[in-house]
Amino acid sequence: MILAVEELRFFYRNREVLREIAFTIHAGEIIAILGPNGVGKTTLLKCLNRILTPRKGTVFLDGDDLYGLDTMEIARRVGYVPQRVETGRLTAFDAVLLGRRPHIGWDVQEKDLKIVDAVFRRLSMENLRMACIDEMSGGELQKVAIARSLVQEPEVLLLDEPTSNLDLKNQVNILTIITQVVREHHIAAVMTMHDLNQALRYADRFIFLKAGRVFTHGNHDVVTPGVIEEVYGLPVIIGELGGVRCVVPGNTASEPLEDPS
Amino acid sequence: MHFADGEVPADYIGYVRQKSFWIVGGILLLFLLLVYSISVGAVAIPPVEVLQTLLGQNISHKWDAIIWNIRLPQALTAIVAGIGLAVAGVAMQSILRNPLGSPFTLGISNAGAFGAAVSVIVLGAGTMQSRVADAITIHNPYLTTLMAFCFCLLATAVILLISRIRGASPEVMVLAGVALSSLFTAGTMFLQYFSTDVQLAAVVFWTFGDVSRANWPELGLISVIVTGATLFFVANRWNYNAIDAGDETAKGLGVHVERVRVVGMVVAALVSAVIVAFLGVIGFVGLVCPHMVRRIIGDDQRYLVPGSCVMGGILLLASDTVARLVMAPYVLPVAVLTAFMGAPVFLYLLLRGYRR
Repeated sequence: MILAVEELRFFYRNREVLREIAFTIHAGEIIAILGPNGVGKTTLLKCLNRILTPRKGTVFLDGDDLYGLDTMEIARRVGYVPQRVETGRLTAFDAVLLGRRPHIGWDVQEKDLKIVDAVFRRLSMENLRMACIDEMSGGELQKVAIARSLVQEPEVLLLDEPTSNLDLKNQVNILTIITQVVREHHIAAVMTMHDLNQALRYADRFIFLKAGRVFTHGNHDVVTPGVIEEVYGLPVIIGELGGVRCVVPGNTASEPLEDPS
Repeated sequence: MHFADGEVPADYIGYVRQKSFWIVGGILLLFLLLVYSISVGAVAIPPVEVLQTLLGQNISHKWDAIIWNIRLPQALTAIVAGIGLAVAGVAMQSILRNPLGSPFTLGISNAGAFGAAVSVIVLGAGTMQSRVADAITIHNPYLTTLMAFCFCLLATAVILLISRIRGASPEVMVLAGVALSSLFTAGTMFLQYFSTDVQLAAVVFWTFGDVSRANWPELGLISVIVTGATLFFVANRWNYNAIDAGDETAKGLGVHVERVRVVGMVVAALVSAVIVAFLGVIGFVGLVCPHMVRRIIGDDQRYLVPGSCVMGGILLLASDTVARLVMAPYVLPVAVLTAFMGAPVFLYLLLRGYRR
């Protein structure tokens, strides 16, 4: 067990956003955090590397209390890919090298450069190495952000909607890379996602959030039309297409649907 | 998790070396400019003799006096002030995530001007005296400097307090700075409205930043603060790179974003305050030097900070040299010249775009 979340409660001012959140994650697993907009998926993700500090509860990272660790120590063990990445006049190599920040003292060493180079090779992006990130497409930029989190050499990778704003090919590309890295290096990845089909295809386990609580969590068996309708307020049909489970909306009525929240 | 099969890429090493060459080239240019600046003026001293005098040889008593007492401290003040303003500018642009960030974004120059106005108009430091060259000086410069410095720090303290209450977000800092600038400008206008002609002239004169106001002791003090601040920003270059990549990325990399912002702001404010207090308001250098360097060597703070320091030194020293020569025997305050000198170069760089 690499990550254990216990009775986590988070408040924005006096509004309780997350309540009694508890789950565990094992190395080598990909977890999808699912739920409607505004349910607290990103907030939960940010509590997992102490970007946000919950009011109650705690997170254990391989047995260590996350909230007792130094932020640099956390950054050496947990990689984070936010939804939004700022660009600047930097080469992709420099942008990725920044991921070594938690490991370097006064300046980068040869070892850091080698790790960055290895990650570029691993993600097959050697051709992007000297390109400036302010001239990159959304897909390329997302790859740079993932590469940056990988050079942190983390035990756990947190990704906030890693495929939003990407075309279909880039979505598959990015999720395939994440899957391969998780399996090869036996780390854990936690992703917030909106696309249930991508989640079904790439995640091992699923956490459904509803009204700030874990509605249900578990493996593929928990992804049922009933659960999805409860969580999203939308009837769906789950079927198989080419051996892959797919979710399609079951409602064909032209009227707008009720808001689940 | 470990990635072991990488190599140090040759193209990246070449790219990094190129950036270092730009900075070393800039330092050489700055040194040549220093020698040139000392050699020209009402009394022309050949550059070779300037070098010999600087190296300790006693060639002529008259030249010795000119070089050691007048031109060298003025030239070094220009370099140090240029470095200080540029490094504060780089930091503020990163802290405020705003290309228009400058040492004066937080209202420091206006606060300093207000402090000077208080000293001249309310506290009577503005008894004017004429000098031979028709320049007017403030009778009690130390009181003016002290008041300017105190008000600069007051402006910073107010912004710190607001950041403490509302969180150190770039928006809060910039908007608080805009409000304070307006407030101090209004205060200065209020005082000027009730001042005499002589006091008004003294206040206006004070705001024209001029590097000839500092002598060795003032230069020493400014140098200590500028050196400390530059080392601080160099030591924090990775933190500022992380903040440039976005607050959440920075936090994910273990950077205490708010703390880095607030401490950086205080250091930048201190540098700007000491320069404003001793030399007056010198605009443009802090705003534009970092952008000039960005267009040559990019946004990486590891090179941007030292590069901006060199560019700041070059721009202010070049401006001061021209200010001394352009209307000789009249000597213009350098603040009049910085924009004249820098704007055309900057516009050229802007048009040309980034260097590849």
